[in-house]
Amino acid sequence: MAIVPTPADRKYTTTHEWVKVDAGLAIVGISYHAQKALGDITFIELPAIGKKVGKGESCSVIESVKAASDIYAPVSGDIAETNTLLDAKPEEINKDPYGSAWLFKITNFNGADLAGLMDGAAYDAFAESDK
Amino acid sequence: MKKTFLYPSHVSRGATMAPFGGFDMPIQYEGIIAEHFHTRESATVFDTCHMGEFIIKGPKAAADLDGIVSCPVASMQIGQCRYGFICNEEGGVLDDQIVYRMGSGEFFMVVNAGTQDADFDWVKNHISPATLLSNVSQETGKIDLQGPSSPRIIGKLLADPISGLKYYRWMYNVYKGKRIIVSRTGYTGEIGFEIYLDERQTVQFWDDCLALGAKPAGLGARDTLRLEMGFPLYGHELDENRNAAQSGFSRAISSDKTFIGSSAVLDPANTQELLRGITLDGRRTARSGDRIYAESGEPIGVVTSGSFSPCLERAIAMGYVAVPHSVVGRRVVVAAGKNQLPATLTTMPFYQWATARRAISEFLT
Repeated sequence: MAIVPTPADRKYTTTHEWVKVDAGLAIVGISYHAQKALGDITFIELPAIGKKVGKGESCSVIESVKAASDIYAPVSGDIAETNTLLDAKPEEINKDPYGSAWLFKITNFNGADLAGLMDGAAYDAFAESDK
Repeated sequence: MKKTFLYPSHVSRGATMAPFGGFDMPIQYEGIIAEHFHTRESATVFDTCHMGEFIIKGPKAAADLDGIVSCPVASMQIGQCRYGFICNEEGGVLDDQIVYRMGSGEFFMVVNAGTQDADFDWVKNHISPATLLSNVSQETGKIDLQGPSSPRIIGKLLADPISGLKYYRWMYNVYKGKRIIVSRTGYTGEIGFEIYLDERQTVQFWDDCLALGAKPAGLGARDTLRLEMGFPLYGHELDENRNAAQSGFSRAISSDKTFIGSSAVLDPANTQELLRGITLDGRRTARSGDRIYAESGEPIGVVTSGSFSPCLERAIAMGYVAVPHSVVGRRVVVAAGKNQLPATLTTMPFYQWATARRAISEFLT
């Protein structure tokens, strides 16, 4: 698998989620680095639509062949939509973590929560040091 | 931490490394699922140099081993391999092993990495003074070549034909002018070989297999492959506190001889639980230590291994279940953290299409 560049159009957390604001929604996924560390992803538990989440709150679980990992909300708000494609094809997260394999979208999110997150270049440096 | 002869090769290929049995071992190269399918559909090589090998020699070697391992030894033919347990006096399992009969008074025993030192001391303390025991683990390299393409690959590398080698038989063969041991054994369920070589040959043989189309596979795929077959892993399905008979591997346990622990192993009163396959309804995995409940809510057992099955595309597990509840087809619930996972007790293997027992000739056309 080729190394995928870290997109500059979104923010990143220290727990390896990304968040991108589009049409008033905060779209959330996991980084290329995170999916690579997890290995082959075999299952995802997505949050319920309408669920209120706080910044840093565990709201989803991803399982790989070897491990299970919590996914934390990068911003507080309400879950508006989840990527149900991933229920049957969780391996898409390995294939396209920055594109088609987004996990969920948050509405009514707190824009101030974005301020403390890393940009792509800062995340690259962080991910390198976190290896 | 110890390193195998192939350690530099794993590092140069970018393998994910982790400790196992006292060794720094490759867990995966390109990915567990890809390596899993490559084994089932083509061929892979596994570095199994970490495992322990002993030679037991002397006129009383067969009788001594019959007193130590659960499988019959004296009745073995030269060229045969047998799987069995080394038990303690209470019938618990100290290790599982394969014994190879090399001659009328010579045997080769292959044991697990993490248990090899304790196994050696145990065997040493229970053989006749005249029987010679040597630990050849350090100088012995081992590679498992597994999968339907493995007969074609090994046929190109070894001087003598392997086409007559049957399941659970071994032979001497010649690789680059030197004698080696090859057996038709393995831990994947697929047709394949375990090959024993010296340090230099191990590195050469590994590279030769890769050049002929085998891919390297790590301990991650080794675990998902063995789980699909229902093969036990020492420390999970087998341990010193659980009676060997509960594993249900009756073919590995002789009832017509006395061995250390045999009276406890053969006493039905010690089989209160039985090993069962557990097929989960979904993809979410049960893990070792998760509790198993009857649909009534009564606790009935514990999971010993669990993973996603790449071939079945759902979660599978093995676990011990109280005998009255151990009926195949019974619906159960596995408590995995805060989740209740519905499942069914099933026979093993989970994967029904494995090739290990088929004739080599079928794979050479």
